Amino acid sequence: MALLSHCPEFHVIRFVDVHKSYHAGGRDIPALQRFNLDIADGEVFGIIGLSGAGKSTLIRLVNLLERPSGGQVFVDDVEMTALAEPALRAQRRRIGMIFQHFNLLASQTVADNVAFPIRLAGERRAAVVRQRVEELLARVGLADHADKYPSQLSGGQKQRVGIARALANRPSILLCDEATSALDPQTTASVLALLAQINRELKLTIVLITHEMDVVRRVCDRVAVLDGGAIVERGSVADVFLHPQHATTKRFVNEALPEESASAHVPYAQVPGRLLRLSFRGDATMTPALGRVARETGIDFNILAGRIDRIKDLPYGQLTLAMQGDRVDAALAALRQAGIEIEELPR
Amino acid sequence: MNLLQRLFPNIDDWAEIGRACIDTLLMLGGSMALTVAIGLPLGVLLYLTAPNQLRPMPKLYAITSLLVNILRSVPFIILMIVLMPVTYVLVGTKLGIRGAIPPLVIGAAPFFARLVETALREVQQGVIEASQAMGASLWQIVRHVLLPEARGGIFAGMTVTAIALVGYTAMGGAIGSGGLGDLAYRYGYLSYKSDYMLVTVVLLIVLVQLLQMIGDRVVARFGRH
Repeated sequence: MALLSHCPEFHVIRFVDVHKSYHAGGRDIPALQRFNLDIADGEVFGIIGLSGAGKSTLIRLVNLLERPSGGQVFVDDVEMTALAEPALRAQRRRIGMIFQHFNLLASQTVADNVAFPIRLAGERRAAVVRQRVEELLARVGLADHADKYPSQLSGGQKQRVGIARALANRPSILLCDEATSALDPQTTASVLALLAQINRELKLTIVLITHEMDVVRRVCDRVAVLDGGAIVERGSVADVFLHPQHATTKRFVNEALPEESASAHVPYAQVPGRLLRLSFRGDATMTPALGRVARETGIDFNILAGRIDRIKDLPYGQLTLAMQGDRVDAALAALRQAGIEIEELPR
Repeated sequence: MNLLQRLFPNIDDWAEIGRACIDTLLMLGGSMALTVAIGLPLGVLLYLTAPNQLRPMPKLYAITSLLVNILRSVPFIILMIVLMPVTYVLVGTKLGIRGAIPPLVIGAAPFFARLVETALREVQQGVIEASQAMGASLWQIVRHVLLPEARGGIFAGMTVTAIALVGYTAMGGAIGSGGLGDLAYRYGYLSYKSDYMLVTVVLLIVLVQLLQMIGDRVVARFGRH
């Protein structure tokens, strides 16, 4: 297993034919339809969906806070669904989890909250616990707050305590249950930056659920879109974000791109030429391809909407434009040659 | 001394009142300790076995709950009389401090258990879920999460229970358990010495006030931060 974990294809989490329904009032209420999902070692995997889509259930299937109605869940190649209670508890210690409402012990200090999982795991030596707690609080930037109580902290600080606590037993996986949904945008950005840093430095696999595409765009490598208990779309964040297929995905992407959706109201019908959406990723963002191709082919273009931003560490640009001229097809071929993705928009 | 004699003409033996005070405090202390020792685990059991809780056991919960309700619905003075044979078997007497403690505990423990159950239900579900995610066992959750998080409510419950016990001990006086209630009943009620009644009532009020003050302090110190 140690050997496997160095292999880039190793999947730390595997769902095999998993489905889940709840019993209520003598009836089965389906929460998640049968699905398969693999999450690779070291990646940040986002699960996005509206409330009620089943994402909280899905993330709880990883550490079996929710038991699947059928199928198998593997974590680090251990079949979680086959474990007896004591073995399951031991396995859970290798999976950190943070929550929307932080779920800290109000009666304990910050240091004791972080020490809690270390003590649960059986570490009794006070000096060892203290040193580990100091390390963890320093990592999340709360070294000076060790003796405070959670009620004395801001939301962002509470979530940092939650992260320190989740990392206490050196887990290989961190589950984030709407970890930034109760935070303001600025605090959200700093907590996401911390998660990205932890992912990089500790090589930790992160699974996060959210209803905000912006969270996915900033930290995730891959994403699955949940709608009505089914995974309706999945793939690399860049693919899903730049070329959303499913209606729900498109809605999430539009929410994250306010300018783009506003420009949808521009009466494109009156604009002459062919309507195109150009997506630039990575190096393509940096080259002056559009101007060069326009000069070479003598086409004309009119930019209708556009934005340049980052998907995690990948710079991207997206331009909606109307193109006219005799050699539009040649221009498109040349642009594709330069690594630019092109979609023709319906008029 | 003159002033005391003029104000309370019937009270010739203040030492008897002192002894009655001590008896009341002994009954209170003894029964309170046992009430907590029985009521706290009983409250935890009620909480854990209730439907949709950590270890739902519908039948056990229904039986415990019914038993608790039965004991709570019998007025204490009647409970005390009904329990006399049990008391005799348990402590070898029906009288005095020793005879008073079994009915006091049997009367107060179910009451305290309900207060513990209520306090535990106030603990956020999310905190329990977080400890489960950290691999905590049921016992670890009870010991390190539920009880510490609910301690404010549990201390408040202890205060309420202690004050209820003061009332119970006074009732016990009527059937020979001694203490301030016994004094008030024998001298104040049966012998029409109302100055005895007054002194006893004042002492009981002071006792209850003290208990409430101590309780409030403890709750403020150990309750939610």
